[in-house]
Amino acid sequence: MASTLPYDVQAIRTEFPILQRTVKGKPLVYFDNAATAQKPKQVIDAITHYYSHYNANIHRGLHTLADEATAAFEASRSAVQTFIQAKHHEEIIFTKGTTESINLVALAWGNAFLNSGDEIIISTLEHHANIVPWQMIAEKKDVVIKVIPIDADGRLDMEAFKKMLSPKTKMVSVVHASNALGVVNPVEDIIELAHQHGSLVMVDGAQSAVHLDIDVQKLDCDFFVFSGHKIYGPTGVGVLYGKKHLLESMPPFLGGGEMIKEVTFEKTTYNELPFKFEAGTPNIADVIAIHPAIEFINRIGKAAVRKHEADLLAYASTKLRLIEGLQIRGDVEEKVSVVSFTIDGIHPQDLAILLDNQGIAVRTGHHCAQPLMSCLGIVGTTRASFAAYNTIEEIDVLIEALNKSIRMLK
Amino acid sequence: MESYQPISATEKEIIEDFSMFETWEDKYEYIIDMGKKLAPLNDSFKTDDYKIKGCQSSVWIHSFEKDGRVYFEGDSDAVIVKGLVSLMIHVLSGHTPQAIIDAPLGFIDEVGLSSHLAQTRSNGLRAMIKQMKLDATAFKLKG
Repeated sequence: MASTLPYDVQAIRTEFPILQRTVKGKPLVYFDNAATAQKPKQVIDAITHYYSHYNANIHRGLHTLADEATAAFEASRSAVQTFIQAKHHEEIIFTKGTTESINLVALAWGNAFLNSGDEIIISTLEHHANIVPWQMIAEKKDVVIKVIPIDADGRLDMEAFKKMLSPKTKMVSVVHASNALGVVNPVEDIIELAHQHGSLVMVDGAQSAVHLDIDVQKLDCDFFVFSGHKIYGPTGVGVLYGKKHLLESMPPFLGGGEMIKEVTFEKTTYNELPFKFEAGTPNIADVIAIHPAIEFINRIGKAAVRKHEADLLAYASTKLRLIEGLQIRGDVEEKVSVVSFTIDGIHPQDLAILLDNQGIAVRTGHHCAQPLMSCLGIVGTTRASFAAYNTIEEIDVLIEALNKSIRMLK
Repeated sequence: MESYQPISATEKEIIEDFSMFETWEDKYEYIIDMGKKLAPLNDSFKTDDYKIKGCQSSVWIHSFEKDGRVYFEGDSDAVIVKGLVSLMIHVLSGHTPQAIIDAPLGFIDEVGLSSHLAQTRSNGLRAMIKQMKLDATAFKLKG
């Protein structure tokens, strides 16, 4: 699957039309990949091709277009299944994104299986998308949410986690790699420990799916969720993986077409997996376009991209450390290609404005992780996140632009 | 308090100032400078009551009325945003509530600052202007 050819970043760049554009008269330097990755031409073309050649509603039509669209849609499901090594095709549920996937589990599973006094464990590193849905169901079901603390670098306090686990623990929902800091959590250990206590585990793979090799069977996680748009695919489509017996035991999330077997006004029987959780006409075009995104990743090879991104991260971290007053947040070994930092006396928003004027896209602020920011005692960070198409030269542009911005602001 | 020229005249002055800038650096150095020149806001106003919601940075605006005119003071923990606060205070402070409510503020677009009005969750200027106009409306209703 992985290529043995040398890593040709310039060739990869030619596959991404957006990288040709300029911002404020300067070549775009796109370092906001943890928010969303850019799309290779194959992904963009797949969407156009679908609407130009075989747009049809799927699964029930008895005409050629419907057959072709259904085949392409289900081929995407198979591609996702292989991408995360799921055992069964029907364990892959398409949603509109990680947020909806988490909400689906929190609501459908939570409504059916949570009882008063039960406990859910999340971590301090969570994105709001893995906090709020649990708060909503916890309030309704009188369930307690416990939060795994972190150290100053964003490492989970595993001893504290062990102490939190008890027969009351029904779900541990943790992020695989922190969107704000890039820190990778020891999810294998978390899953094993949680299972010893009879708890289920959901892994938020929004940031990890594109970088790390995901094998949900080996991980033995009960649920794994991620978004298409962070793996070079389109926005508006996400994935919920769940173990088959769990998904089968859960009631539907939304009611409507697609998800039914038989409807009478007296009683409705639900469709089987995966359709039970895919009510209504799905986002067909974007689901189909996830397939070429996965093919792109497979063609370059995750290991090759990881090596490239690790080089970028190491280079950027070394250069950033030379800047006076700059502190890398989440400065640990096990990271995805995210570098998040603060600079004494400089507000992240000021930096973002000045960097934008130099053609550089970074993310600043709390990164939808306000509890994490308040735990670290900061208002926010500036975050540069790298992808397969970023270059060492672009990091040089960032460092130069940062130095210039700091001079202007001080 | 001194007498004030119409809002449109201040806007015109700012447009003239900006027209002399050749680079984006000049523009932002001017804004940063505006921020540094802003009179300090008493800490007693740096509370949630005076905080503008919807900004990535903290922005506080305090307004008061004197002799039929509305005066603004403000601050921010971000330098450029503080410059924008200063710029808006420079334009709007000391006018009648009606003049503030009616001010079209076309200069923002003309000097190339409209990106700060973008509908992103981190924008500051839009929320700031909305609050200043709301304050003016409140003073107008109080009569």
